[in-house]
Amino acid sequence: MSNTITLKYTVSSDDFTRAGEASSTVKSKLKQMNLPPEIIRKVAIAMYEGEINMFIHANGGEITVEISPTEIVIVLEDKGPGIENITQAMTAGFSTAPDNIRSLGFGAGMGLPNMKKYSDEMSLSSNVGVGTTVTMKVFIK
Amino acid sequence: MTVKDIATLLDAKIICCEDSLGRELHAACGADMMSDVLAFVKDQSVLLTGLCNPQVIRTAEMMDMVCIVFVRGKLPDENMIELAIERNIPLLSTKHRMFTACGLLYSNGLHGGATN
Repeated sequence: MSNTITLKYTVSSDDFTRAGEASSTVKSKLKQMNLPPEIIRKVAIAMYEGEINMFIHANGGEITVEISPTEIVIVLEDKGPGIENITQAMTAGFSTAPDNIRSLGFGAGMGLPNMKKYSDEMSLSSNVGVGTTVTMKVFIK
Repeated sequence: MTVKDIATLLDAKIICCEDSLGRELHAACGADMMSDVLAFVKDQSVLLTGLCNPQVIRTAEMMDMVCIVFVRGKLPDENMIELAIERNIPLLSTKHRMFTACGLLYSNGLHGGATN
C-alpha cells in the first residue's frame, strides 16, 4: 500500500468559477506521473463531471483520489439531498438541474452516464436527505 | 490547419497564448452546452462556443483541446484568460455567429471528427 498516493479535496458550493479546480489539480498530478494520456483523460472527465454535479446538486462535498500502480479510485461524497430514483438519474438526458445551471452550460442530463462511460467501474449509493457517494475506478493496468 | 489559420479565417481577435498559434488542429466542435461537449466530443481540438464562463476553459482542459473560439463577439473576462494562460489554451474571439464560424472552418477543410 506504500505505493498508493491519497489526495483529498473539498468542493465548495458558493463559487462556480472554482468548480473543477480539484479535477484540474488531479489532471496535472497524473501528467507529472507520466501516466498514459488516455487514462488521464478518463479520470479528468469523470472527476470533473462529478465535481460539477456536487456543485450543482449537493452544496459541494469531499473528493478522495487514490492512485495506486494498478488503478485510480475516485470517491465523491456529499451531504446533499440524495437521489430519489437512481435509474432515472442514470438515464441520458434526464436532469433535475435548474434553468440557471443550464444557462451556465450544464444540466443536459449527461453527467452520471458520462461518469459511468469514462470509468471502468462505477458504484453509486444514495440516501434521500442524507447524501450520495459515488465511487469510480479507472484501471491503469 | 493551425490556430493562426483559424484566427485568419474567422477574422478573430487573439486574446492569449500567442506562442501556441502554430499548433495543429484536425477537427472541431461547436456547442454552448459543456455537458454535451463532455459527453459527445472525442478528439476534437477546437471548441467553438457562445458560452462565456470559466467552465468553458475547464471543459476544454479536461478534453485536451488545443484552442477555444468565442463566437458572436463574446470576450472572456480576466479570470478566464488567466485560466487559459495557465493551461496554455489559446483563446480567440470572432464576430461571426456560430453557424457562420463553423461553416467557414468546415469549408476550409476542418471537419467534425469522430463521434464518441
